[in-house]
Amino acid sequence: MTLTLFLVQMLNGLQLGILLFLVAAGLTLVFGVMDVINLAHGVQYMLGAYLMVTATALTGSFWLGLPLALAAALVLGLLLERLVIRQLYGRDHLDQVLATFGIILFVSEAVRMVWGSAPLAIPMPQALSGSVRLMDGLNYPVYRLVLIGAGLGVAGLLYVLVTRTRAGMLLRAGATNAPMVSALGVDINALFARIFAFGAMLAAFAGAMAGPILSVEPGMGDNLLILAFVVIVIGGIGSMRGAFVAALLVGLIDTLGRSFLTDILKLVMSASAASAAGPALASMSVYVLMAAILFFRPRGLFPAPA
Amino acid sequence: MRRFLLAFVLFAALAAVPAFADTAMLTLVARAMIFALAATSLGFILGQGGLVSFGHAATMGIGAYAVGILMEEGGRDALVSFPVSMAAAGLFALVTGAISLRTRGVYFIMITLAFGQMAFFVTQSLSAYGGDDGLTLAARSTVAGARWLKDPKTFHYVVLGLLALTVLVSTMLARSPFGRVLAAGRDNERRLRALGVDPYAYRLVAYVIAGAFAGLAGALYANLTEFVSPAYLSWHRSAEFIVMVVAGGPGSALGPVLGALGVVLLEDGLAHLTEHWRIIFGPLLVLLVLARGGIATLLGGRRDG
Repeated sequence: MTLTLFLVQMLNGLQLGILLFLVAAGLTLVFGVMDVINLAHGVQYMLGAYLMVTATALTGSFWLGLPLALAAALVLGLLLERLVIRQLYGRDHLDQVLATFGIILFVSEAVRMVWGSAPLAIPMPQALSGSVRLMDGLNYPVYRLVLIGAGLGVAGLLYVLVTRTRAGMLLRAGATNAPMVSALGVDINALFARIFAFGAMLAAFAGAMAGPILSVEPGMGDNLLILAFVVIVIGGIGSMRGAFVAALLVGLIDTLGRSFLTDILKLVMSASAASAAGPALASMSVYVLMAAILFFRPRGLFPAPA
Repeated sequence: MRRFLLAFVLFAALAAVPAFADTAMLTLVARAMIFALAATSLGFILGQGGLVSFGHAATMGIGAYAVGILMEEGGRDALVSFPVSMAAAGLFALVTGAISLRTRGVYFIMITLAFGQMAFFVTQSLSAYGGDDGLTLAARSTVAGARWLKDPKTFHYVVLGLLALTVLVSTMLARSPFGRVLAAGRDNERRLRALGVDPYAYRLVAYVIAGAFAGLAGALYANLTEFVSPAYLSWHRSAEFIVMVVAGGPGSALGPVLGALGVVLLEDGLAHLTEHWRIIFGPLLVLLVLARGGIATLLGGRRDG
């Protein structure tokens, strides 16, 4: 366990955390403002990656494909809100779980029919395909650094958007008291639709950016969705800041646990027992973290004001 | 009385199935009945207690794994492995329930989902027992040394009997003082607390009972398929259980049974129609929700507290 390996895994963990944040941000926005639990958020991440596959193939360029894929995701988000999600405002959470699960089944199957079940790849943009030397013996792919940077950039942008702009003010007001905002003459349905589509676009952005380093396949949204749930439960449902902190925490713990837990266990138990227990414990680590945090703070690290 | 008649007709029909069904049909019906057993246990906590557990497949999968692992280690008899399945699933429900039940509403849904997923990943990493690929059972469990479960018809009646027992237990629990406290906690937690009753312990006990019965369903399912795999614990299956309960109506003991039979047979029928059956099943589910005008009304009251 050298320092270099540790730093590489730190960066990998950061990168997973950034992807998680992009997905969790939309999830927590939609829940915080509209009180809707949207299981279909994971397939929106997956759809983003698939749209990116087609958009890069059509345009032949990563940079032209990205805005095209995001625009398509935005339109699909608006459509989904109009057709289904709008009917779920104010409904029981159980209704929302079932209806959005139905959407998952539909979209996953539709993706299989259109793009097939085999994993696809998005070509890495030429300019970002190399790696840079961060220190002696530590080369890290440029693209992954750009991914981390882009995610941090989006996080910053979101912060400014939510706290400094009129749209953000409406969003915060909507989260606090939607009927009151409506009574003051704001078209609440249009606001909700925009927020939902924006969240869908953030998830699609995560999917499109993850495409070149992960394989694009039908189940790719599922695991990320569950981890995003863990993130917003830890962070406090509805809290953007909580989502950011928790996403980085979960990303780091999951990645570092998978890389080093077996080695750490070897210090205290036999090698064979450690290699049997290590992977199992590593896959449990984020859930144990969630349980521990909930035990002390049942509403998460940054509970939204009730 | 009408409900009793319905139950009688349903179980009589299920009992008559072996008279005309071939082996494939028997397997399908056994699968449906096993899922009905698991759905009944979920229906109890969901309908009676208002607890939307999104990790029910995990308890069922743990029951299945208990049978698989015991058999791998030489414990082949159902008189041992089935109780162990129930105990293992119940223990998992006890530990995760103790934490999850500190929360309510959406938090509860997400946390049970997360714990279910945790169990899923743990089974995936059990490399000694097949890991990702799952574990093939050497044979079905014996019962006191006899190989009864091997015969599809006998297996059918064993599953039917256990399903009937589960429905009976669920009905009796729902009508007991214990069940009344659960229902009161679902309808108006604040009032219940004002009466001096803390629903936490009641809910935890209900959660453990439901987990143990799901474990029993898992033990039966492992025997039906003679195989266990992490897919048994997947959250898609947990969601399917919720669909079964809600489609059948969580308010009665028979609802989840009807829902499970309906969903399994519908899925099988659609799968015969097209390999892309989910493209039909998904929108059907959305329509079911939108058409019913809210499931909360069916739960028999508002769940505010």
